[in-house]
Amino acid sequence: MSDRTTAGVDGVAKEAEVRGQRYRAAAAIWRRLQRNRGAVVGLWLLVLFAGAGAFAHVLSPYDPYFSNLEASLAPPSARYWMGTDELGRDIFSRILYGARLSIVIGSISVAIGVAIGVPLGLFSGYFGGRFDLISQRLIDVLLAFPGVVLAIILVTVLGVGLVNVMIAVGIVSVPSYARLIRGQVLSLKSREFVEAARALGANSGRIVFRHILPNTVAVLIVQATLQIAAAILSAAALGFLGMGVQQPTAEWGAMLSSARQNIQLAPHTLIFPGTAIMITVLGFNLLGDGLRDALDPRMKL
Amino acid sequence: MFQYLLKRLCLAIPVLFGVSIVVFGIVRFIPGDPAQIMAGQAATQEAVRDIREALGLDRPVPVQYAYFLGGAVRGDLGKSIYNGAPVREELGQRFPRTLRLALSGILVSCLVGIPVGILSAVRHSTWIDSSAMIFALVGVSMPLFWLGLNLILIFAVRLQWLPAIGYETPQHLILPAITLGLGSAALVARMTRSAMLEVLRQDYVRTARAKGAAERRVVNYHALRNALIPVVTVVGLQLGNLLSGAVLTESVFAWPGVGRLLVEGVLTRDYPIIQGSILLVATSFVVLNLAVDLLYAFLDPRIRYE
Repeated sequence: MSDRTTAGVDGVAKEAEVRGQRYRAAAAIWRRLQRNRGAVVGLWLLVLFAGAGAFAHVLSPYDPYFSNLEASLAPPSARYWMGTDELGRDIFSRILYGARLSIVIGSISVAIGVAIGVPLGLFSGYFGGRFDLISQRLIDVLLAFPGVVLAIILVTVLGVGLVNVMIAVGIVSVPSYARLIRGQVLSLKSREFVEAARALGANSGRIVFRHILPNTVAVLIVQATLQIAAAILSAAALGFLGMGVQQPTAEWGAMLSSARQNIQLAPHTLIFPGTAIMITVLGFNLLGDGLRDALDPRMKL
Repeated sequence: MFQYLLKRLCLAIPVLFGVSIVVFGIVRFIPGDPAQIMAGQAATQEAVRDIREALGLDRPVPVQYAYFLGGAVRGDLGKSIYNGAPVREELGQRFPRTLRLALSGILVSCLVGIPVGILSAVRHSTWIDSSAMIFALVGVSMPLFWLGLNLILIFAVRLQWLPAIGYETPQHLILPAITLGLGSAALVARMTRSAMLEVLRQDYVRTARAKGAAERRVVNYHALRNALIPVVTVVGLQLGNLLSGAVLTESVFAWPGVGRLLVEGVLTRDYPIIQGSILLVATSFVVLNLAVDLLYAFLDPRIRYE
């Protein structure tokens, strides 16, 4: 039986009011975020990054894979704004396409981490018992490997390439979500509103998904924002080590890997892709910090 | 204290057991026949069979695992496929170098991070504070390997003050240590700042000031000591990042440590080398974390040994 049919007209009015409250809460968060100078800077950096990625095909002056060997390692000029790489490909165009790739890598690997980590943390925290014990020990084992080393293990087993990099980077972030959500659930499940829901006869599924999960969304958003930054850094690191997205794909880490060979002749091949990574990661970090303060100033993360 | 130590040790054992299964599983989970992959595409049937027998891949999986674990416990990790050298010797040679790099990295992160954090807290809401925090944010957002390459570009290629690669002299350590430590320094600075701000608000700090203690003494003696506990936590949590960072730093500076060995092993598909270096890194990580936990209990009597 759905809520609406039983509750009738009163219920509809109440629902509208709840929606109004939610809207006002969101507006208040947005105002707090706008007052935070760092968050605004971060937001603008991300608009720049997303715009560069989304419109890479319009904005780039050259095909990112077109190689003009006569102009290889050309320094920045009016013709090539950021110079060219060792194969004479336009670095500016490659950075724009790299932004597009980083959006994909960042969002998909975070989605993988959330899709595995959040249910794990939810059930672990809510049901406890043997499931909790086993999943916590598994997470302990994952945490026994430093992040990059775990990513290297996964890439060794799965093989290199874009998809496997996203899977590896996503799995590396699973423990952080699982631990975070488990902790949240443990503190939420003894709260009065959860007990009230249980007293009214709600089953476990309803309590977990309607009452507990929505209350973890704030920390989850902050964590996911900061994790996108971490994911972009890890993917770039794998690319740099030659274990990530492979040449000739325009990926920032792989670009730096080949820039290293020409560090003496062509420092511009090093400077621009690295700056692109730094600005993007800085944007997510600033926004994540700002969101944390705006959503809940007391949040410990 | 002794009971706490015992309990923590008991918790570490299943984790190490899990680590050994993962490391063992690396060779099992790669698609295709591991012996064929290790021998290479052009290998003869006999060469493949030799490898299969040498690694015991023709036996049942649980038996293989038992042999692997038995060998690992005795320090026998097999031989490198690439050059035939025993993995244990290779690791024994390289581990001290990685340790030296990691310790220097921690040193840099504390020597830079703690003073910057204190200064930021003492000069709260001034331009010093905001520029220090901007430095810290940029520091955590910079890819570590890119920082290393930039340091090479500036100090080795352009100014020619310091060597870019190699590990023989103390000068060789400077750039890698800065590369490894600066990112953690940023986190340590942020933590020191917030811990100091918290402590400086406490009543006993006001009392110290009221009784006429010099500001320097208030900061260094009364406040800093209590603010350092969360800072030690952050430094401890940084160990994992430092080991991850060591893998990247060693690759940038051709530093012949365990991290570089791991990367080379992956690129040449030298599975005994991969297994050995991962086992060593993960085991030392678990042991280091244990040591850090015990250190807190020792430093802060308020932490209960439960």
